[in-house]
Amino acid sequence: MKDLNLQLYRKLFLIRKAEDAIRRDYSRDKMKTPMHMSTGGEAIAVGVCHALRAQDQVMGTYRTHGIYLARADETDQFFAEMYGKATGMAKGKAGSMHLTAPHAGLICTSAIVGTTIPIALGAAFASRQQGSDRVVAVFFGDGAIDEGVFWESLNTACAMKLPVLFVCEDNGIAVHVPSEQRHGYAAIDQVVAQFKCNVFVSDSTDAEVLYNLSVDAIKAIGANGRPAFMHLKYYRYLEHVGVNEDFAAGYRDRGEYEKWRQRDPVEIQRKKLLQWFKEEEIHQVEREIETRIERSIEKADAAPFSAPQELYADVYA
Amino acid sequence: MSRTISYRNALNEAMAEEMRRDPGVFVYGIDVADHKRIFDSTKGLVEEFGPNRCFSTPLAEDAMTGFGLGAAINGMRPVHVHMRVDFLLLGLNQLVNMIATHRYGSGGQMKVPMVIRAIIGRGWGQSYQHSKSLHSWFAHIPGLKVVMPSSPRDAKGMLIAAIRDDNPVVFIEHRWLYDAMGEVPEDCGSIPLEGSRVIRPGRDITVVGTSWMNVEAVKAAQILEKHGVSVEVVDVRSIAPFDSQAIVDSVRKTGHCIVADNDWVYCGFSAEIAATVYEACFGQIKSPVERIGYAAVPCPCTRPLENEFYANAVDIIRAIEGKLGMKPVDLSEEDFYSYENKFKGPF
Repeated sequence: MKDLNLQLYRKLFLIRKAEDAIRRDYSRDKMKTPMHMSTGGEAIAVGVCHALRAQDQVMGTYRTHGIYLARADETDQFFAEMYGKATGMAKGKAGSMHLTAPHAGLICTSAIVGTTIPIALGAAFASRQQGSDRVVAVFFGDGAIDEGVFWESLNTACAMKLPVLFVCEDNGIAVHVPSEQRHGYAAIDQVVAQFKCNVFVSDSTDAEVLYNLSVDAIKAIGANGRPAFMHLKYYRYLEHVGVNEDFAAGYRDRGEYEKWRQRDPVEIQRKKLLQWFKEEEIHQVEREIETRIERSIEKADAAPFSAPQELYADVYA
Repeated sequence: MSRTISYRNALNEAMAEEMRRDPGVFVYGIDVADHKRIFDSTKGLVEEFGPNRCFSTPLAEDAMTGFGLGAAINGMRPVHVHMRVDFLLLGLNQLVNMIATHRYGSGGQMKVPMVIRAIIGRGWGQSYQHSKSLHSWFAHIPGLKVVMPSSPRDAKGMLIAAIRDDNPVVFIEHRWLYDAMGEVPEDCGSIPLEGSRVIRPGRDITVVGTSWMNVEAVKAAQILEKHGVSVEVVDVRSIAPFDSQAIVDSVRKTGHCIVADNDWVYCGFSAEIAATVYEACFGQIKSPVERIGYAAVPCPCTRPLENEFYANAVDIIRAIEGKLGMKPVDLSEEDFYSYENKFKGPF
């Protein structure tokens, strides 16, 4: 319990502080890549990824920072890729929207809404063929449910009984358009419940709650062989793309943000830790993570860009 | 030992042999395991390899294209089959945005060994949604390989090579070629996915063909041979990567080039061939490159209009006569290919 909560906090804090550093430095114009920030949604990335086992795999959207850091737990290649440097995990070819870490099971992210959902099915099928009990978790926003490929994939995964964990991160807006304007149904979890699928719902921002729910979902997949669908609500603190707040734009209300901010995932986890740890012990953990982030940024800034001939590398195997 | 088999059996043999060789190979798509078995090209596979390695899917081309990518990333070798190239358009987002870019975007950390077989339809009212080739679309995208074998031997050898390739390969088959017979050695092996090839040697003029148009070009060459004209036919075979050496060598020898592409002409692959010939043979060609292809309209259903839509051996013959300053030869006694000889309908 104590250890679990500390591990969850480390990851939450890592994501929040890495993105704080991006926000602080973005205007220096050295990270020339469109940033879609995870801030506010850290509990989902951390809760789900922490519940996954070493062999499990992850796919995501263009909002990649949270799942990358939760899964890969490293910042050197992360910041190098943000800086577009040769030391980035894709040598600067991917940028913020396309982070991958195959050694850590993060095998595909995409800037096209909904596109990694069917890829998770194929990855899960391969695992089953290879005799593995691997589960493939795929993260997507509620906007992806507007896309046809979501329904094709949900239907196929249920029909083929594939070990896929569908993780819908619902922040109530797709880019800038609210759910009410886009949805022709009342509640997605009730619709998905009509499929041969395990369904889980939460609006918690507590990483421990989401961790436990994810453990249950993974167990359910193993138990009845059906995929699982998690409908998880959160609030996106910052603009759709970019590092700033955008309440002045008028499409959403700061009051709603203030309500969610009361149960900020990083802060509630820190408060929980105080029952087991002294303030100074927590501070020590935080300092280590902050130092790690600053060192990675220094290294990324100092690293070389890829040589011109790198342009032509890796188009074909 | 050499023997003569059909194009469809060549495809079928390649599938079965590769599935026997590598347990990671599987074939899937709409109706691959039904009683018609993709015009018999997947026959026997579900019986030999079971429903986990040969299966019909939901009608979800978009998702099932992405499915292949996920399986390929995890070490499988998926073969996704579309009964018509036109249906593959539903999976274009996955093909172009995801499959073609995945290796590059991962900094070379991952590879995508995947084959997409797609069949060009023609005849008996296939009309405008069952007849497209679109090889120039796919070949335009870096990261994809695109091949169009026109003989049973190439069909088998290139399908084996495509399955063994660590890159995504779009493998385009013409429905009419399924009945084509040709020599295929028992142990055919793989044939590299590159390199245009002379399929009929000649001296006076070069005709470059893709897919079915090679059949029309060879027919034109056979007829004109009786009139003293020696036509060399070069089969492009691989659209991407495109190795033009055999084409360039041929045009340098003959001085004339006609491109017969199984596609529309405008912004088509025929323009790529023409540009390549001009760049390599400037000052050595005796006449402009001429391009032959579909009429610039959607394909119509009814046969009289369809006859006008498709270019054929007669069009190639007339183009050659024009280039060589010949009077039109008498074709009234010639027997041209008619699919009704193979297929009586109804569909």
